[in-house]
Amino acid sequence: MKNRGIVEFWVGIFLLLGIAGLIFLAFQVSGLTQKSMSHGYVLKADFDNVGGLKVRAPVQIAGVVVGRVTNIVLNPETYQAEATLLIYDNYTIANDSSASIFTQGLLGSNYLGITPGYSTTSYHAGETIQRTNSALILEQLIGQFLFNMKK
Amino acid sequence: MFGVVQRIQHLGAAGINFITRVGEAGLVLLGAIFKKPNFHKSFPLLIQQMYIVGFLSLPIIIVAGSFIGMVLALEGYNILEKFAASDELGPLVALSVARELGPVVTGLLFAGRAGSSLTAEIGLMKATDQLSSMELMAVDPLQRVVAPRFWAGFYSMPLLAIIFSMFAVFGAYAVGVDWIGLDAGSFWSNMQASVDFRIDIVNGIIKSIVFGFFTTWIAVYQGYACVPTSEGISHATTRTVVFSSLVILGLDFVLTAMMMGGW
Repeated sequence: MKNRGIVEFWVGIFLLLGIAGLIFLAFQVSGLTQKSMSHGYVLKADFDNVGGLKVRAPVQIAGVVVGRVTNIVLNPETYQAEATLLIYDNYTIANDSSASIFTQGLLGSNYLGITPGYSTTSYHAGETIQRTNSALILEQLIGQFLFNMKK
Repeated sequence: MFGVVQRIQHLGAAGINFITRVGEAGLVLLGAIFKKPNFHKSFPLLIQQMYIVGFLSLPIIIVAGSFIGMVLALEGYNILEKFAASDELGPLVALSVARELGPVVTGLLFAGRAGSSLTAEIGLMKATDQLSSMELMAVDPLQRVVAPRFWAGFYSMPLLAIIFSMFAVFGAYAVGVDWIGLDAGSFWSNMQASVDFRIDIVNGIIKSIVFGFFTTWIAVYQGYACVPTSEGISHATTRTVVFSSLVILGLDFVLTAMMMGGW
């Protein structure tokens, strides 16, 4: 059996290595600091079709992430998809902005892009973004294209 | 007719035997962990066992982690390159290691490296009547021998899994960025964009805690309940490794299914 001090030293090293690993996984691998901006306000947006938009998808303005999609539900009266967006506190969105659903690259996942407007007043928490563009559904596009070709 | 009755009898006996064993294992665990510990006495014992079970497992965990990360990076690069998506190598390695390979491979290595030695040690103590002489001296062997080993395994396993994941990511970085020549910035930023702390990292750690609990429990129980002969100890050691590995792989599926179900 080894000297107790040496054993305690190495166990301490082991614990430190474990803590260092956790910090590494949290900050370097999962980028916790970037996503910890969970303080924000909620906006809503109604879409005819959200396509492949998922909960936790980023909300972007000019390619910069300004928030997250936190919930997507079907509005039972209008049959529209109602997306709830969490916009980080340090961003404001002009109240004539429009929200659209885009795809990252050819095979990438969907994200919600906001095209800013020119209004000087901005949306307040809980309001619904009025102008929305649905996701482009490839099948519908092809269908419309074929329909127009016949004419 | 008689043969059928005898078969059913055997089945029943096996069932009773299995349930008795599980009950015994539960009692061992109960005696070991649900008693008021004497921190003055048990803390040095725990440190001693953490050294043996945890620290001495570090070399195999670090080497295995680095090499698994390197192999994943190499294989992943060759496949992703066909789709011109080699920038996604970081997420590929980080997600597969943090969610699955980290806890599972660490658990398997831990069962082979630490679990087997726990079983053999406790089994040999039993075979040489050390446990019964402790009882004669009014020292509870569950408290003195089993409890520190159980807690040491329980605490070490998540730490080892975290260290494994860290070194796997380092290994992937060494192959992907230093050797193949991917861009370091996109390696890290794509990884950070895809890996979620709560869903990926924390769930991996939860898995490793569960694996650590069951692996150490099986190890100490097999040692404590083994037939006190050299053959019995060898059987118990084998059973520890086999049962632990099967439990890890089976539970991994169950846990993954639960976590994917948004649990």
